[in-house]
Amino acid sequence: MTDDSPRATDDAPRLIERPVAAAPRPSADGDGAGPDAGTSRDTVFSSRDVNVYYGTFRAVRDVTFDVHTHEIMALIGPSGCGKSTVLRCYNRMNDLIKEARVTGTITYRGTNLYNERVDPVEVRRRIGMVFQKPNPFPKSIYDNVAYGPRVAGQKRGLDDVVENSLRKAALWEEVSDRLSDSALGLSGGQQQRLCIARAIAVGPDVLLMDEPCSALDPIATARIEDLMQEIKQDYTIMIVTHNMQQAARVSDTTAFFTAEVHSENDSRTGILVEVDSTQKIFSNPSDERTENYVTGRFG
Amino acid sequence: MTDTSVVQPELLTVDQLQIAPSRRHREVIIRYSLLVAALVSVLVSALIVWSLLREAWTFVTEVVWADTWGQRGWFPRRGLYDIPTIVVSTLIVTGIAMVVAGPLGLGAAVYLSEYANRRVRSWLKPALEILAGIPSVVLGFFALTWIAPNLVGRIGKNVFLVLGAVILLGYAAVSAAMARSRIKQYREGAADPSARIGAVASIAMLAVVFGLALAWILNVWLEFAPNNAGSLAAAGIGVGILTIPLVASISEDAMAAVPDSLREASAGLGARKMTTATTVVLPAAISGIVAAFIVAISRAIGETMVVFMAGGAADAALFTDTPFDGGLTMTAAMASLASGTDSVVGEGLTFQSLYFVGLLLFLITLSLNIVASRFVSKVREAY
Repeated sequence: MTDDSPRATDDAPRLIERPVAAAPRPSADGDGAGPDAGTSRDTVFSSRDVNVYYGTFRAVRDVTFDVHTHEIMALIGPSGCGKSTVLRCYNRMNDLIKEARVTGTITYRGTNLYNERVDPVEVRRRIGMVFQKPNPFPKSIYDNVAYGPRVAGQKRGLDDVVENSLRKAALWEEVSDRLSDSALGLSGGQQQRLCIARAIAVGPDVLLMDEPCSALDPIATARIEDLMQEIKQDYTIMIVTHNMQQAARVSDTTAFFTAEVHSENDSRTGILVEVDSTQKIFSNPSDERTENYVTGRFG
Repeated sequence: MTDTSVVQPELLTVDQLQIAPSRRHREVIIRYSLLVAALVSVLVSALIVWSLLREAWTFVTEVVWADTWGQRGWFPRRGLYDIPTIVVSTLIVTGIAMVVAGPLGLGAAVYLSEYANRRVRSWLKPALEILAGIPSVVLGFFALTWIAPNLVGRIGKNVFLVLGAVILLGYAAVSAAMARSRIKQYREGAADPSARIGAVASIAMLAVVFGLALAWILNVWLEFAPNNAGSLAAAGIGVGILTIPLVASISEDAMAAVPDSLREASAGLGARKMTTATTVVLPAAISGIVAAFIVAISRAIGETMVVFMAGGAADAALFTDTPFDGGLTMTAAMASLASGTDSVVGEGLTFQSLYFVGLLLFLITLSLNIVASRFVSKVREAY
């Protein structure tokens, strides 16, 4: 599962055309996060000036940052700051919303995800997603996990895929004797781990997690957080969270977003304030807005 | 929240907490009037069933049973009430109607719920619902004057063969898949003899049904004679058009009720739209879709005007198993006998035969509904 060779197809043009604009990103003080804005070898994603529009409304403005392999990147910020919207750009989930439009570039292992020749379905097979609310299909536990491989055309060896994915998601012990029961009979925390297993079963490179614990109790949350630490060796993880403690606990790097309020129509546009190592964001952030947020003075 | 001040709250008496008597009377009156409204409709239904049963019972006890089975057709004025004639005609019309309305209605529903953007939806859905508002007499006229000569008369034969082949091949594919899983089950539970009998019996049954259907289709195709007058096929297509909006709108409601989070989950796993529609949305909406089909079948069985006008028979018909002949469905048989005057002309039991046929219709729809609700609760993927 761990390969640092690019899996993306290389026939699409490499798109780092723009010199790195004034990224709102100070250099971290050297604990390995390698905040070089260019594409270093271990860069999985780099976004450059990403804007997301819903119709004419700009939901997110000029987001620029990089994500590195085998790190957990947390996106934090107050409600309405566009962090989920940004996350959904990375596997082209925003394509499902008819009015949504994304400008700028997001390169994934050197290829622009928004190149017109890129098929969003292929992108989603490499970049899996776990949603805010556990959303298992109304099918058996087995069929839930086998869904992705089946859709990709796999017919043999499904039993192994299901078992391995459930083991990785730390759910195998609890469900191995009732794989044919409905997934809806599981508890909320189990359902969410099932959704993680389902995402893992496709064999992705990256997992995007959109507030995966917000519907769960503290014990279930702790299990998911442990799980994230375990699977971090195999995947790159981006997680949106409302919970600052969670970001501080699980992530290596944190991006802080906030919202600009437009006084004329009370709409909000999300902006990226700063990206840095999680330790620095929570102890000694460069921007005053970040400091106000992480110390609880705002948001 | 505890208030530490020692001020006592003002005391209340029971009277202060009572409803005014006039108000209470009004509540009681409203309640009982609503109950009466509910009871009246139940009572009317019960009376209808009672009158049906009474006259049908007369028919059952007095009719010469030899006249109701194996005769050459439905000739009530001559005292020949061959029930298979009208039942088979009804089945043919209903079958053709479902062949027309099933794919079109379900296709429209999938398009509306999974593909159409808001702008297309905003005119397409009302347009479909307008189709539901066309009076059936208009459709009957259309079926007689356009569908019968143009669709059935000119291209009916080949369309029939192609459709028949498509349906049979689909059936063969489904039954082959079922047989495969039965065989697999049998192999897995190898020693169980009942599994073996089940596997063999189901395969044999599928083969027999397939063979009979194939023979019937070829027979009809070979005997086809162009006929510009009405026919069961023309009536069936007309009824099918009439039921498209029903299938489409109920199925679409069921699919629209499937939460978007499931579609997102499926898309996030790399499924394309059509895969999501067939493997996630349709199974999750199956109860509503089956309900749509059952409602449509009930409607097709009960539809009268279109089959009466375009069915190609007046008030009597020979037995037929061919959709290209004229025929009399159960409803058309009733309508033709009872049209115009309050006196039903014919042999002694003609009047009672109407009730008997009506009771039969009632039982068919009732059992359909029961089967449907059983089926739905069994296969439903609740979300």
